Amino acid sequence: MRLKIIVTLAVIAGLILAWNLHRIFIQVPDEASQGAIFRIIYFHVPAAITSFTGFYLAMFSGVGYLISKDLRLDSIAASINEVSLAFATITICTGSIWGRIIWGIWWTWDARLTSYFVCLLIYFGYFMLRRAIDDPTTRARLSAVLSIFACVDIVLVWKSIEWFRTQHPGPVLEIRGGGGMAPGMEAPLWWNFLALLMLATALVLIRTRQEGMRREIDALRRHAHAF
Amino acid sequence: MKFLRQTLAVAAKDLRSEIRGKEAVNASVSFALVILLLFSFAFDLEPAEIRDISGGLLWLIFAFAGTLILNRSFARELMNDCLDALLASPVSGAQLFLGKCLANYVLIVIVECISLPVFAIFYNVRLPQRLALLFVVMLLGTWGITVIGTMFSAMTVNLRLRELMLPTLIYPMLIPALIGAIELSRVLITGAPLAESLFWFRVLVAFNVIFTILALALVEIVLVG
Repeated sequence: MRLKIIVTLAVIAGLILAWNLHRIFIQVPDEASQGAIFRIIYFHVPAAITSFTGFYLAMFSGVGYLISKDLRLDSIAASINEVSLAFATITICTGSIWGRIIWGIWWTWDARLTSYFVCLLIYFGYFMLRRAIDDPTTRARLSAVLSIFACVDIVLVWKSIEWFRTQHPGPVLEIRGGGGMAPGMEAPLWWNFLALLMLATALVLIRTRQEGMRREIDALRRHAHAF
Repeated sequence: MKFLRQTLAVAAKDLRSEIRGKEAVNASVSFALVILLLFSFAFDLEPAEIRDISGGLLWLIFAFAGTLILNRSFARELMNDCLDALLASPVSGAQLFLGKCLANYVLIVIVECISLPVFAIFYNVRLPQRLALLFVVMLLGTWGITVIGTMFSAMTVNLRLRELMLPTLIYPMLIPALIGAIELSRVLITGAPLAESLFWFRVLVAFNVIFTILALALVEIVLVG
């Protein structure tokens, strides 16, 4: 059943992405001031939203573990964080490519770039901590606590660095107080968001299954050592 | 009242142990001096430029030197299973955490009070007339470092790579507190008008309040499960 869901999600995501790529590269015109490179926003923004959605979902899953002590929730939290970290890396890389063309530099210590980098470092720490702990319950407990700390900290990091310095373009989308995009330019962005979200869900399901298998193997190994 | 008395008992125990051994404070002060020395090779700046970056330099020293004290906080309890004994004692996790926080706080502030004049002498930085305000900033910033550091020290106490894990985990977490403390220190040392930077006080206080509450709420889960 789970395999069917994974395949269905991946296929639908693939179809939407293919259709959207056609629209983005063929139908949507170049942006007036940025030219062709503006198209990177169709991957940059959806990947950023997907990663942040993931980090917070993982925190709720971690809290769920702390309440229920169900290790499956810890596996889900770890899987979501892993996929979110991948999407956060995509966001940083696409942003960097855009920056090279528009600003002439790969990196600048601008507010959002810095906060995103800090966010990546916090979650690298999350996985380092997980790897350093052998006992599954301790690992789940401490990971959940770290996840809560990380999610609260991200908001503070974000705001404080924004007050400190910013160079990043202001909000583009209307829902974030921006001027909005031209008619026909915004729709592919939301379709891409949907596709990336489905792809992320499929990846999380695959990782959760692997984590479940690893738990079983660990349990068997411990069982074997006990005799 | 009982809560406070037991908390202070834990803090007094840690301070007494540190005063007798002086392991962490000695290492921390020496480390602060080493960083001060290294900075002299890294930069060759005019006095005005030094004043401009002095907030950042000071807080880097405080954060790096503070980590050595924080690393020892829970690790010192591993010997002879003292941590298990503390957990089995009629002291809650929150009291244990708060007691250790207070002890670490005092120790880090001592290290800072030694490093600050040394920094001023080595780099010819005139300490500001508003020294009391700079001290308030130091107290606020240090509480942020202490709360996060003590919490993560509790989390990493049983790990093989705890000396490595602690700085990796806490520095990214401390960014909002460090930015606030650096900005305020810079303004105070350069003598710039404080009015525009006042909201960094609010950031520091908010950071301290949020993470103190969060740590007190979650420390029992970290220590006991």
